[in-house]
Amino acid sequence: MLTEFSNGVELSKICNESNKKIWEIMIEREVENSQLDREAILNYMKENLNIMKNSIKKGLYEDVKSVSGLVGGDAKLIRERYENEKTVSGKRMNKAVASAVAVLEVNASMGQIVAAPTAGSSGILPAALVTVGEDFHISDDQLSKALFTASAIGYIITKNATVAGAEGGCQAETGAAAAMAASALVELLGGSPEQALDAAAMTIKNILGLVCDPLAGLVEVPCVKRNAIGVANAFICSDMALAGVKSVIPFDEVVEAMYKVGKSLPCELRETALGGLAATPTGIRIKKQIFSKK
Amino acid sequence: MKNFSAFDIIGPRMIGPSSSHTAGAARLGRVAAKIGGDDIQNVVFLLHGSFAQTYRGHGTDRALVAGILGMEPNDENLRMSMEIASEKGLNFEFIKTDLGDEHPNTVKIIMTNKVGEKTEVTGSSIGGGSIKITQINGLVVEFTGEYPTLVVRQIDQPGVIAKVTKILNEFEINVAFMRVFRHSKGQDAFMIIETDTVVSKEVICKIKDSGKEIIHIYSIKSI
Ligand code: SF4
Repeated sequence: MLTEFSNGVELSKICNESNKKIWEIMIEREVENSQLDREAILNYMKENLNIMKNSIKKGLYEDVKSVSGLVGGDAKLIRERYENEKTVSGKRMNKAVASAVAVLEVNASMGQIVAAPTAGSSGILPAALVTVGEDFHISDDQLSKALFTASAIGYIITKNATVAGAEGGCQAETGAAAAMAASALVELLGGSPEQALDAAAMTIKNILGLVCDPLAGLVEVPCVKRNAIGVANAFICSDMALAGVKSVIPFDEVVEAMYKVGKSLPCELRETALGGLAATPTGIRIKKQIFSKK
Repeated sequence: MKNFSAFDIIGPRMIGPSSSHTAGAARLGRVAAKIGGDDIQNVVFLLHGSFAQTYRGHGTDRALVAGILGMEPNDENLRMSMEIASEKGLNFEFIKTDLGDEHPNTVKIIMTNKVGEKTEVTGSSIGGGSIKITQINGLVVEFTGEYPTLVVRQIDQPGVIAKVTKILNEFEINVAFMRVFRHSKGQDAFMIIETDTVVSKEVICKIKDSGKEIIHIYSIKSI
């Protein structure tokens, strides 16, 4: 059984020929490459899901504050509003946004998270899956399988481009996370492998060029809110793909374009905290405050 | 190129905020402490580059101390490591420094044990929580700790290497990479052996007893 693939075209070919979903291929690949059996692999992913759930809960209900004091508490604010008021983008979207913010706030306050694919983008995938899982009454088994769909997309991006902000900007980091989330949602809700790849492609297209410009070099501002827009982007693109909307530019070409754009970003806009929001008067003032703290 | 697992993408499980500045720092501390041996009483961390700049905000300081205490990067106690260290009577200090032409996330860890022996370990956090050890006691080395790793400190003499590999052979341990680093002929040297499977205590004991040229042996598995 052939389970190795290096891009979207190969992956969808394997899926079509074997009549299997992306998550199934990814699990089979994992069994082949590791010394673990299928059950152990599934269980390990389920434990990851649990840690993800806990980090969401913590951020939504507890008081968290980052070490620098720059972020914390916004997830709670968003939750209190969607629980009590009508919101512009609806309850589910707000729940997802609050959850993504929650995980990043927990991360910034030195709590436990699962990098997905990085710590700076660790809110998007959990927020997407857990929110939809709750609202649609989907089992943890199914959600864990969707995490394998996500990992296949993340693997392709890592292999052919990058998921590091320092290398490819925020489009690579939160962009990859959002693409992973979008594809996972598509398979979770019954979509085809092609639709999953289309959703991933559209997600990256939507934020192509996004720079990495964290204040004081810390994973806080604007990272928390970039995770919020990441999950919203994943929601929109998974819905479009499930409706049958196709990406004009195929997934593999989008990934390549993203990589090229990333490499052409100046150094100032790749995690060095020398450009973008980090170089605004307020960004510089906050950096000085943090660095002078003893 | 490395063959990524699903768990390289969805993972690692870690304490935030940063895989390179927090998780990687904890791993560096852990590996250093293994090399430093038991009874470490005093640790000085010389922080270089981005580690020196942002260590407070990223909790690099807490992660390094947690590593010295033997914690994994996903240990919930990591954020309390400094308090725990103080309770245990471990002294630590952070000094911002310039180590020269090194990776931006580099730390030199100077450990002193109860009897006053010093061990210096330098390493870098090279991204995604991965690390690289680059110096032990001033000797340039290189290993990542991604594989189970044996660090053997020996007197550089003919036959020592053959002795060690023979024992590994007997126990059917496959060596993935092996390198020897030394100051100059006949002096202290390090043998770094990366293996496919974890090396048992029995094997380590056998190697230790194989001759007095073997000064010390440390077994490291950082991930
Ligand atoms: S701005 Fe940079 S550090 Fe922040 S989430 Fe985006 S890529 Fe990560």
